[in-house]
Amino acid sequence: MGNGRLGNIYRLGVKELRSLWADKALLVLIVWAFTGAIYSAAKGVSQELRNAPVAVVDEDRSPLSQRMTGALTPPYFKPPTRIEFREMDRYMDHGRVTFAIVIPANFQRDLAAGHRPAVQVNIDATQMAQSFIGAGYIQSIFAAEINEYLTGSRESADPPIRLATRVRYNPNLIGYWFGGVMEVINLVNMITIILVGAAFIREREHGTLEHLLVMPLTPVQIMVAKIWANGLAVLLCTAFALLAVVQGVLGVTITGSIPLFLCGSAVYLFSAGSIGIFLGTIARSMPQFGLLFILTIIPLQMLSGGVTPRESMPQIIQDIMLAAPTTYFVRMAQAILYRGAGFDVVWRDFVGIAVIGAVFFALALARFRRSVTLTQI
Amino acid sequence: MAEAAPLVARLTGVGLRYGEVAALEKVDLELPGGVMVGLIGPDGVGKSSLLALVSGARKAQTGRIEVFGGDLRDRNFRDKVQPRIAYMPQGLGRNLYQTLSVEENVDFFGRLFGQGRAERSARIDELLTATGLAPFRKRSAAKLSGGMKQKLGLCCALIHDPDLLILDEPTTGVDPLSRRQFWALIASLRARRPGMSVLVATAYMEEAERFDWLVAMDAGQIVGTGTAAALKAHTGRATLEQAFIRLLPEDRRREHHALVIPPRGDAGDGWAIEAEGLTERFGDFTAVDHVSFSIERGEIFGFLGPNGCGKTTTMKMLTGLLPPKEGRALLFGREVEAGNLETRKQVGYMSQAFSLYGELTVAQNLELHARLFHLAPQRVAPRCAELTEGFGLGPYADMPAAGLPLGIRQRLSLAVAVVHEPPLLILDEPTSGVDPIARDHFWALLAKLSREQGVTIFISTHFMNEAEHCDRVALMDAGRVLAGDTPAALRAARGAASLEEAFIACLEEAAQASPTQAAIAPSAPVAAAAPLDRTPKPGGFSLARMLSISHRESLELLRDPIRLAVALVGALVLMFVLGFGVSMDVENLRFAALDRDRSPESRAYIDNIAGSRYFVQRPAIRDVADLERRMSAGELAVAIEIPPNYGRDLRLGRHPEIGVWVDGAMPFRGETARGYLRGMHSEYIVALATEATGTTPELMPTEIALRYRYNQDFRSIYAMVPAVLPLLLIFIPAILMALGVVREKELGSITNFYVTPVTRLEFLLGKQVPYVVVSMISFFALVLQAVFVFDVPIKGSFAVLTLGTLLYVTTTTSFGLLMSTFTRTQIAALFGTAILTMLPTVQFSGLTTPVDSLQGPAYWIGQFFPASYYLVLCRGVFTKALTFSDLTVQFAALAAFIPVLTATSAALLSKQEK
Repeated sequence: MGNGRLGNIYRLGVKELRSLWADKALLVLIVWAFTGAIYSAAKGVSQELRNAPVAVVDEDRSPLSQRMTGALTPPYFKPPTRIEFREMDRYMDHGRVTFAIVIPANFQRDLAAGHRPAVQVNIDATQMAQSFIGAGYIQSIFAAEINEYLTGSRESADPPIRLATRVRYNPNLIGYWFGGVMEVINLVNMITIILVGAAFIREREHGTLEHLLVMPLTPVQIMVAKIWANGLAVLLCTAFALLAVVQGVLGVTITGSIPLFLCGSAVYLFSAGSIGIFLGTIARSMPQFGLLFILTIIPLQMLSGGVTPRESMPQIIQDIMLAAPTTYFVRMAQAILYRGAGFDVVWRDFVGIAVIGAVFFALALARFRRSVTLTQI
Repeated sequence: MAEAAPLVARLTGVGLRYGEVAALEKVDLELPGGVMVGLIGPDGVGKSSLLALVSGARKAQTGRIEVFGGDLRDRNFRDKVQPRIAYMPQGLGRNLYQTLSVEENVDFFGRLFGQGRAERSARIDELLTATGLAPFRKRSAAKLSGGMKQKLGLCCALIHDPDLLILDEPTTGVDPLSRRQFWALIASLRARRPGMSVLVATAYMEEAERFDWLVAMDAGQIVGTGTAAALKAHTGRATLEQAFIRLLPEDRRREHHALVIPPRGDAGDGWAIEAEGLTERFGDFTAVDHVSFSIERGEIFGFLGPNGCGKTTTMKMLTGLLPPKEGRALLFGREVEAGNLETRKQVGYMSQAFSLYGELTVAQNLELHARLFHLAPQRVAPRCAELTEGFGLGPYADMPAAGLPLGIRQRLSLAVAVVHEPPLLILDEPTSGVDPIARDHFWALLAKLSREQGVTIFISTHFMNEAEHCDRVALMDAGRVLAGDTPAALRAARGAASLEEAFIACLEEAAQASPTQAAIAPSAPVAAAAPLDRTPKPGGFSLARMLSISHRESLELLRDPIRLAVALVGALVLMFVLGFGVSMDVENLRFAALDRDRSPESRAYIDNIAGSRYFVQRPAIRDVADLERRMSAGELAVAIEIPPNYGRDLRLGRHPEIGVWVDGAMPFRGETARGYLRGMHSEYIVALATEATGTTPELMPTEIALRYRYNQDFRSIYAMVPAVLPLLLIFIPAILMALGVVREKELGSITNFYVTPVTRLEFLLGKQVPYVVVSMISFFALVLQAVFVFDVPIKGSFAVLTLGTLLYVTTTTSFGLLMSTFTRTQIAALFGTAILTMLPTVQFSGLTTPVDSLQGPAYWIGQFFPASYYLVLCRGVFTKALTFSDLTVQFAALAAFIPVLTATSAALLSKQEK
């Protein structure tokens, strides 16, 4: 490394890495985040139907009703709880079951007689994710059981138009393919903003920032050094998490190019780091930074398309979130990692992330000197 | 006389280690009572540790400490004796609450000791009058000068009439005038309460001369005790400073040489610094008021003045850190500009705060700075070696800077400041808190730089003997330069024997000229103190003490309106954004069709889908490659392929097959989209048949009636808005609380907890109360917003919801408190709280997936996470009109978290520093 600007940036960054290495508690938390947190989030949470709690009020007690009850099996449903009709409201009110199914008395007899008896499925609609999908599953499971009982075949009569649905990129719709990768993104986001922002405030509170400013260094060099050093640490963790945890332990098949994704992450880390420093220049103390961080991270996490699909959000929220780099990052990650998209497809997201990052970087730079004098202990 | 008095403390075989380093080794000591005992010795020899041990703030690792005849290891005894001891730790105002006013600070300590309102106000009046702080009772502690801070600290220590007053370097970093006033104050207090014992550590030997009895310490051991006269006689030395040096072991003594600064040669060749009318204002406060002076090249120029008079600000303007509001500064004839990197290379700066990287070693710090100052690569190693040698840093080269004694750190700071051989050094109180030997060593280095290398040195100091070493000095007060000349000329002008007297005379004259400046002469005798009820309070929990902690915490919270506003308004904004934004409704799915048939039938099928609210049609797909590309870019959630001859096959009853591709990248969306398509497909078939035959065919032999309960419209908002409450009421309270204890640890006021009768439970709960109140206010605001802005009614009882929320926010603040007691730095507390609340709340508490559907660790985390229970409670009351009896499990679970979390915090919080 020469003695020019790059030399300064390099050496300040190395200093940053040494500081990070010295804080063992922080290291332990980071390691847990990129291993345990990702694993438990990916493995444990599935937004698709899994282990849905269901209760059955079987007033028929016929072979058919028992077959229907027995057909609700894991992994989609928990073994159904048999309850009495009068208990149903209590079960549902307490949220102990998401579905309560009522099979009326004489159901089998009426069905055989062609009377079209009705099965009632009560659904707790506050469980938004499960209720709709689960209702569909219950409908088709029951239809198959009844068909088999009546005709001996699980398929109903051949419809005039057949429908062949194929799911691409994740044929079995396994939740942790999604959850694991999205958790990686959430962590990248959270850790980068905290590390860079809090490191900035800490240097301000300890007076070392002032010290740097009397040396032949520019604020740009100080900021870039903070971003690259912390970013590099996060990037290495990300690579490890993807290769070892997501691919290795969780066994997710990643179709796309991991190097391309890591390049995108590097651009994103610049963006998130700039946001971190920007927050650090606004906050006057660590407690204020903590609150600002929460106010920033929650929308970034919940509204960037990583938890619920973007297109379901109101237009205004979608538009606002276009100003957040996370939106592009999530879109880019999904495109590369799940759909195997190449640079030709995701280059716009790269540009989006970089431009927003540059804006925050410029804002932070503009506030840099002023913020040094605002430190409040 | 000292021997006759009863002992105030006895130490037997006391030892204390910090990791590898021994601070105290087998110390045996008996301290006489009723007198003023001084602890003298270089930095890092264990003076502060000894004081902390005697005060009970720190726990002895080995040995036995008796104070007032009882063993401090006995907790009951400690509780009983603590109200008789007052402790003021090292550092200017370190145990004060900076945002609180003078009066509020003293008042807090009065409350802690259970004094009633009338008694407190009488005592506060008395103390503030006695210390001359009365005119400043409304001023916040942060805005006091160093001397005033120390006096305030003294007031706080004296409010409960202690029998033993422990002061750790109370006058370090305090200007001579304030120092003189401080000791006069102590003298008058002792005159009033003759029984009071005072134990002081000091770095000023001339102060120590006046103490009744002295303890000289070195390297964790006692090297001598007795009166000042006895010590001098014993060593056969004329001054205490020399006597002390004589007491040191042989090898330590060798390090010390009498300091001689050679006179300066011929007057320099031009100016190094020229300041003309420099002015700086912060708001309406003028910190520096038209200051002008010039410093010759090669000169050592001293800057004297009380704390807060503008010395540091002036120095910052000269370095370019602060742009002056008026006037200008020239360095070597060139104007200082903030952005100019060239001028910076000419200056070496040492700021008042220790500003090296504590986690880097001495060698790493040196090398980093050598490279940052762009030394030629081949010069770096020799220069570092040279400095390590010249500054005596060899033995410490591989040690982290943070663990070094102050004197060594100051040497390193200076080495760093001169690494690039600048022609000008600006040093801001470089020797504050440094012991005499280290200070002489430091000045020897300065002398060498100045006289041998012609370096110009601009230095500020509170030590008058250091000012004597300077070629010229300037006296500053209240932002103005009062006088500037050689030390001899200044003495002569005032007709004073010493520079200190000349300085004080100058300041007093200035103070009389402007009456707003503190006329802080120690007061005339004050009315006798109100009698204090000494009956020890019964042990155990005291509500009054807890409330006094709450009161103080609330004041601090109110003093930071930004934080309060962000917490309350931020919650509302977040609810607004999340309530609208997070929607589990899957709508507006983008789809496009690859229509290979282009018949009326195929268009009818596509239009049917395009007409639903779930789907949004995009331009038609041209071919397979187009389909591939648009799906992989995420542009299409669903693609439909209609085969050739679809229309004809349909008419002929040949069961044509429509292909559908669903993007499974987001499984939940994919699943829902597939469900929609299947449903619409069936409906379409029924509609076709109805149209063709006039009757509606039954696809199924039975009817499966779906009844969506609690949220008939199946709108996300009714499910999401109640779910946002658990989210916001954990993040914000936990983060607010998370810095509560750890910040006191980092900033030092935690000592007050160690040395006052506050119990752990009182401390924790007292801190928690204000944040619970703030969180409840936030809750009411959020509910109002849910009901009136989002139109989401509360179907159940608001009282039940409020009670549940109270339990919940108590739990979440307890969680923050636990993180705060567990971690050592604010950054780790923040990070830990964020990591440990965010993931479980968003993923494992049932927000999107019911807890019962979770697997593995996620399930168990969900089971043991408060948000899981509150979410059921919140949704239950909002959407299902559940009553208290329906929610007993949730109430019980939430209530159970509180004692568990609080007990863990209490177990982790130590009542003494370890």
